[in-house]
Amino acid sequence: MSAVLGALVLLPALSGAALLVAGRGADRVAGPLAVAVTAVGGVVAALVAGTRPRLSVPFLGVVEGGDLRLVVDGLSAVLIVLVAGIALLVTLFAVADLPGNTARARFFGYLLLFVAAMLATVTAATLPTLLLAWEVMGATSYALIGYHWEEPGKLVAGTRAFVTTRAGDLGLYVAAGAALAATGSLVLADLDSADGGWADLAAAGVLVAALGKSAQLPFSAWLSAAMQGPSPVSALLHSATMVAAGGYLLIRMQPLLAATGWAATAAAWAGALTALVLGAVAVAQTDLKQLLAASTAAQIGFVFLAAGVGATAGGTAHLVAHAAVKAGLFVVAGAWLTALGTKQLAGLRGAARRYPGFGAAATVAALALAGVPPLSLWATKDEVLAGVDGTALHIVGLAAAVVSAIYAGRILAVVLARPAGDEAFDEEEPGTRRIPALTTVVAGVLAVFAAGLGVLALPAVAEQLKAVLDVEGEPSPGLGELLLSGALALVALGLTVAVLRARPALTQRLDRSPLASWAGLRRLLSPRPAMAVARTLAVIDDMLIDRTVMGVAVGAGRIAGMAARADENVLDGAVSGVAAATRRTAAGSARIDTGVVDGLVRAMARAFRRAGSAARCPQTGLLHQYYAQAVVGLGFLLVLLLVVR
Amino acid sequence: MLLTVVIFLPLLAAAVLLAVPRIPSRAAIAVWVAASAVDLALVGWMWWRFEPGEGASGVIDGLAYEVDLQWIPTVDAGYHVGVDGLSLPLLALTGVLFLACAIYSLREPDRPHTYAALFLFLQTACLGTFASLDLILFFVFFDLSIVGMYFVIAGWGHGNARRSALKFFLYTFIGSLALLVGFIGLFLGSDERTFDMVALAADPPLADSPVAGGLVLLAIGLGLAVKTPLFPFHTWLPDAHTDAPAAGSAVLAGILLKLGTYGFVRIAMPILPDAWQRWAMVAVVVGVISVLWGALVALAQTDVKRMIAYTSVNHMGYVLLGLGAAGLVASADEGARTVATVGAMYQMVSHGLLTGALFLLSGVLWSRGHTYAFDRWGRLARPAPAFAACFSVAAFGSLGLPGFSGFIAEFQVFTGALQAAPVATVVAVVGILVTGGLFLLALQRLFTGDPVVPSEADPDETREGPAAARADGGTATAIQPRTATRMRDLRGYEVASVVPLLVLALVLGLFPRALLDVLEPAALAVVELVGR
Repeated sequence: MSAVLGALVLLPALSGAALLVAGRGADRVAGPLAVAVTAVGGVVAALVAGTRPRLSVPFLGVVEGGDLRLVVDGLSAVLIVLVAGIALLVTLFAVADLPGNTARARFFGYLLLFVAAMLATVTAATLPTLLLAWEVMGATSYALIGYHWEEPGKLVAGTRAFVTTRAGDLGLYVAAGAALAATGSLVLADLDSADGGWADLAAAGVLVAALGKSAQLPFSAWLSAAMQGPSPVSALLHSATMVAAGGYLLIRMQPLLAATGWAATAAAWAGALTALVLGAVAVAQTDLKQLLAASTAAQIGFVFLAAGVGATAGGTAHLVAHAAVKAGLFVVAGAWLTALGTKQLAGLRGAARRYPGFGAAATVAALALAGVPPLSLWATKDEVLAGVDGTALHIVGLAAAVVSAIYAGRILAVVLARPAGDEAFDEEEPGTRRIPALTTVVAGVLAVFAAGLGVLALPAVAEQLKAVLDVEGEPSPGLGELLLSGALALVALGLTVAVLRARPALTQRLDRSPLASWAGLRRLLSPRPAMAVARTLAVIDDMLIDRTVMGVAVGAGRIAGMAARADENVLDGAVSGVAAATRRTAAGSARIDTGVVDGLVRAMARAFRRAGSAARCPQTGLLHQYYAQAVVGLGFLLVLLLVVR
Repeated sequence: MLLTVVIFLPLLAAAVLLAVPRIPSRAAIAVWVAASAVDLALVGWMWWRFEPGEGASGVIDGLAYEVDLQWIPTVDAGYHVGVDGLSLPLLALTGVLFLACAIYSLREPDRPHTYAALFLFLQTACLGTFASLDLILFFVFFDLSIVGMYFVIAGWGHGNARRSALKFFLYTFIGSLALLVGFIGLFLGSDERTFDMVALAADPPLADSPVAGGLVLLAIGLGLAVKTPLFPFHTWLPDAHTDAPAAGSAVLAGILLKLGTYGFVRIAMPILPDAWQRWAMVAVVVGVISVLWGALVALAQTDVKRMIAYTSVNHMGYVLLGLGAAGLVASADEGARTVATVGAMYQMVSHGLLTGALFLLSGVLWSRGHTYAFDRWGRLARPAPAFAACFSVAAFGSLGLPGFSGFIAEFQVFTGALQAAPVATVVAVVGILVTGGLFLLALQRLFTGDPVVPSEADPDETREGPAAARADGGTATAIQPRTATRMRDLRGYEVASVVPLLVLALVLGLFPRALLDVLEPAALAVVELVGR
């Protein structure tokens, strides 16, 4: 069966990659292929969820848990089916919604890659696997959000989403290191038994990663930017995938969070506060997709709350129900944008009445979002709140539930109103004025789930889910709690609709509040400080470090110059001096040569000549003179003999 | 013998090219391509036959294709070459990258004979450095690579090429002198007075004299730090890269920087284990500073090639972080330290492929418009989709996206180093966020926004003038209109040089066992030797 598990991930991954490589040539087959792949994926997901296989492929070595390991347990099984189902529905919607002449191969290619990454994320059993899938999901979300890259600002939005979620992902890198230090392995499940400082670090890393991916405080604002993406992308990213991944991760790592104590509390409070603050932000939005984006962060906040307090069944149920509700609402917003050319609430006045069948689906989904009984989010929210112990946390949670009824009320008050006839259509793009039947079917199916998952309020069904997740014994809400929250939602919803009908001017005051601009959260994600630091360092690099090196070089050059001058003046001078002296010596010796040596030679010659002519004098030819000379000579010899002896 | 052939085959081809000047220009480059291809095939054959071994293997044992000939017997320096799990991946990387550069240079118009010969000479120098098991031999090849690269930059560069080349040469050459001082220190400190790396690693010198050992490590470390380059010795890098020809940049970043990091693993760590343990924290800190400094300064660049150059400082910082963590024996167990070392070594190969591809791609920009400035290009994804796709893939690979080789490297560096140096690692992790931001920003600047292409009558375009590359043909060109040139998409040979690098990075990211099976035993050996 492990081959089937491999196919679950590889089928969309490989077909997505093939579409990307094929490029524009595959535009015509891209849509049908994507539908086929996600449909088969749905079947495979059901099969895998039933058989619970596992799969391991060698990847990294040295330590345990370096392999690519996919394991399907109860939680994964639920998530796989959810992701595959939503992927299929969103793909159908995309086929109907995307204009015909766009680069569909690129769109569906990245979509399928994204789905594959999400499926791998929810089945990953080792940290390398998780991180691989987790980051590929972030990168493909960049490509999907920036799909219309020609339009200004679209790719910027993708960059913002990617960089923000990656800032969170850093936590997962740290968590991997801490896991290795704590347990000597990279197996995800081993972290449950970790303790000590490394466990704290790992929990902190996991928490940061989840906060980033799920757009919880303080990372929330990337969701606002991500709304630049095409509507099908929003429907996929902000329902069952991407933002859901953070919630999933915390539910998966709940034992680790609980073991550290503080991390569970932090997760619960982060979730509760996000639910409240982003709920308030949602109330103040004038753009339907922005409103839904803020409400997505708020609703995932309940999942964080659940993971923090250990209500994993409630959290999972909420994740599933929210996915159906929010996918439905994004399909609605996208279809209206395509048909009417606007997603501004002002322009959507009475939109539900223009297309009644579609409008009904939209209304059901919005009512579910409000937490109206007996629809899904009413049941799952209470399942979460049932696990909350602290009073303060409970009150914040309830308040957040009330806020969700208010923002849902704001949608309903607008779209169900009677059209005034002067709505500003085609503000953002030329509308087609029609909603394809396929889109209506998709919205209808999602609305059925949005409503139908309310059966989770029945204890028998809830127990079934807990059995699947292997967490029997988690608390369930009592009848009183269910009634209380249902009543609160109804009252808040009714009041909102009534107030907005009575005093429409109230919204204008809301729109001017800081909440409308996401309560300053966007400023947190501003790249300016990083750019300023970078520029400063670049200047230091150029002006200080490089100058220092060049200065040293120039200094060395100067020293060399000085040495050269010294060379010229002293050494060279000495050498030239020697040369001159030599020359002088040579000249002198030449003079000596001509004057002295030659003179001597000539003088000698003269002397010999004189001696010669002198020697000629005794040769007179007279015998007696010869005898006298011989006597003198002999006498001289005799004297010499006598002296020597 | 095979290894010797592999090392000197390119040099032989270079000699042929220089000796027979009558070879036509295109044929000269073809000879280069052929020589590189044969060399790569031989390295592939070596890889195929290589037994990585079980457990720790490499550095002092498990050496394959070993040749040990006497050279300078008086100081026991020899022609000692061999291959283990440390050097084989880098030999293969050298083969791949030089072949890519050869293909990329198929249309090189400027003195192709000398150009090809110079690159072949460089290839021999690089292969020789990686294969050396003798310090003097290592030093000779190491310096020859500097000489070769000097001529490549000075002769075929652009902009202020001579100045940059001289800066590169002097800086790295002085660094290599520090290295030589260190090598002599090792020789004097060894009991048997040898320059043989295997003998020195087996019986590490200066084990009981911490001061001398530290000083020798300082000399070697300085020499390698200049080459790697590490903060604050990195400022030659951006200038050299900006003014070097594309193929030169690819080799400089892809291979020559690895000579530095390879020196750390091959020489500094196994031969001076005590000193490395003692000063490992310095390596970690320098590594982390390089990571952040390189990333942030790259973020501020306004020039594509300078930006890529600074990311090299960032990427080499991860290597030092991993290797430093491997030396923190007391604070981490062997498994974690091995993971960090494997990551560091993986990073060397990964960076070679991805940065090599990025530099070749930036060369495409130069060939089309003679500028690297971000503000001179815009919306290139429309006229040049293949270029945009390749650049994006390379950028995502370089920012460490899982699925590419960079992730395998960086994940292991971080995971393995965290236990040894938690604070440093947590700080260093921020580096991948900054690189992520800077590459996405670069994509945004080059490929979206307003359509911008440099105008033809560019002042610095006069020198060689890509007239041959212009498709508008030989009609009257009396009036040069100051209109924008059309950005021409990647041509066949450019695709053929860049895409294989990217595919390899992808393969190594998805199926890392192919490389890890070779690397892991050697990394384990290094960790065990350092832990002595």
